[in-house]
Amino acid sequence: MASSTVPTGSRARRGSRAPEDRPVRRVRRQLPSSPWLFAAPGLLITGVFVLYPFVSTVINSFTDRRTLIPGKFVGLANFRELLDDDMFWIGLRNSTLYVLGVVPALVILPLLLALLVQKNIPGITFFRSAFYTPVVASIVVVGLIWVWLLDERGLINSLLEIIGVGRVGFLSDQWLLLVSAMAVTVWKGLGYYMIIYLAALANVPRELHEAAAVDGAGAIRRFVTVTVPAVRSTMVLVGALSSVAAFKVFSEVYLMAGPSGGPAGEDTTLVMLVQRTGTGLTGRVGYASAISVVVFVVTVVLMLLVLRADRKDES
Amino acid sequence: MSVLEKTRPDRKPAAAREPRVTDEHGRRIRVWELALRYVLLLVVLALTVGPFLWQLSTSLKGPTEDIYSSPPSFLPGHPTLHNYERVANTIPVWDYAFNSLKVATANVVTNCVGSALAGYALARLRYRGRRVATLVFILAMLVPVESIIIAQFTTMRELDLNNTLIGVVLPACIASMNVLLMRNAFLNLPYEIEEAAFVDGANAWQRFLRIAVPSVKGTLAVVAIFAFMGAWDDFLWPLIVLSDPDKFTLTIGLNYLHGTFANDERLVAAGTVIAVAPLIALFACLQRYFFRGVGEGAVKG
Repeated sequence: MASSTVPTGSRARRGSRAPEDRPVRRVRRQLPSSPWLFAAPGLLITGVFVLYPFVSTVINSFTDRRTLIPGKFVGLANFRELLDDDMFWIGLRNSTLYVLGVVPALVILPLLLALLVQKNIPGITFFRSAFYTPVVASIVVVGLIWVWLLDERGLINSLLEIIGVGRVGFLSDQWLLLVSAMAVTVWKGLGYYMIIYLAALANVPRELHEAAAVDGAGAIRRFVTVTVPAVRSTMVLVGALSSVAAFKVFSEVYLMAGPSGGPAGEDTTLVMLVQRTGTGLTGRVGYASAISVVVFVVTVVLMLLVLRADRKDES
Repeated sequence: MSVLEKTRPDRKPAAAREPRVTDEHGRRIRVWELALRYVLLLVVLALTVGPFLWQLSTSLKGPTEDIYSSPPSFLPGHPTLHNYERVANTIPVWDYAFNSLKVATANVVTNCVGSALAGYALARLRYRGRRVATLVFILAMLVPVESIIIAQFTTMRELDLNNTLIGVVLPACIASMNVLLMRNAFLNLPYEIEEAAFVDGANAWQRFLRIAVPSVKGTLAVVAIFAFMGAWDDFLWPLIVLSDPDKFTLTIGLNYLHGTFANDERLVAAGTVIAVAPLIALFACLQRYFFRGVGEGAVKG
């Protein structure tokens, strides 16, 4: 960081001399060092803890580095090993399924919820706030609440038993567990995206709705022909945000399936695999970095795909 | 958040003057539609808040009360704080809460100071390399934390800061997103005021502290709240960087509690209530900024 070389004393000196300085001279003498001093802490932290780790992730992915062993260059060996690693394919499958399961729900349900809380009927601010509560809670709290709710002997199963469905092994079946985790993700995200949609809905011109109503369009028809086109760009934004977040899923599945992702690891997601492979004293940093590179590339591709879909829609 | 702020003032007088309910366009809402809306609202309310209340109820049930009963009993028969005592005897839950508080407070201070300074430099100060600096923050914001977390861990080991609370705080202590939020807030201020101060002989620090920062308090509050919530709720990074149980934050402590005493539902429930209560209280007091943060963050993110 070039900025960190600025002597820290210059700040105090400048401050004390300011009153008698003439503005014109100050422009020349003070501004060259001062802006970098302002930006220095931010640039330093970003450089050391984001950009440097990013570069070293890419470099490490071509080495056999371990937590305690520096490692040497191995070319594409890590990536070749990925292709034969069943656990990698399980992780990629689960993370991809997660995107497919969660994103449609998070694009549509919060929009419907926003329509429900949009009108200013008495008490609506209370409902808006209440619906936001899951967003505020830590994912660990949320995960543990649902582990108890979905327990073999938990509330949901006793309610299912009363209505005659019988008990369901939400957390013991490999696929049901993944679906349950998706439901938890959707449950926690609803309020967040609802607020985004509320802002977008406020900007929909009411004349459009009125004109459609005069033409005899019912509520559902108006939703499809007026609301959806008006908030389309917001739907794309929500789709982009939620698909990137869904692909990187870690905590929900970690808490519900356990650190090893179920009995045979069948519920492991890619980020869980990164965490399991790369941390600890025996961590395979090089191999975990190769998986991290895959995570990065897929999130970038997801982002671009969603944004391209938006551009195609407009043309 | 224009929805919440714009509509709030005119709602109350309208309700007081006339009993009938109108929508945001001043049209009357039919009674059956209104009833349907409230029914749906109550259903969603039960789905979103119900799980929290069930957890609270479980945590208040004593050792003799059946928590698995069918039909379930929603209210504890004899409410007791016994389980909260037990959590404190099982894990040092108050130490963990204090660790979380330290991490979250530090995160608030560093994010507010660091991103205000950097945001000001990007928005207002002229120097070579400003565009490069802006680009650095934009690129950094786009890198998903999960994809560099192993390298962050090895970096922390190189700095000999792994397994410390400082190590927990550092990577996100001046988030690029916050820097860019502050930059936009400063860009939205009229330039003329600062120009006048400049002509009057105020230097960059004086303009920053006396004019610019007081004008962006709202955005600063958003940064502070999301920094607090982010640090208090974070799970993956502290899980990786902390290995010594003495230094656990609440989320890691809860994970440990769940892993070791999974079958003791009352105990885990009491632990989760301790972890979530402070944030719900904070949210209840400062709702406006939570909602504003979503709007501003989403546009940038």
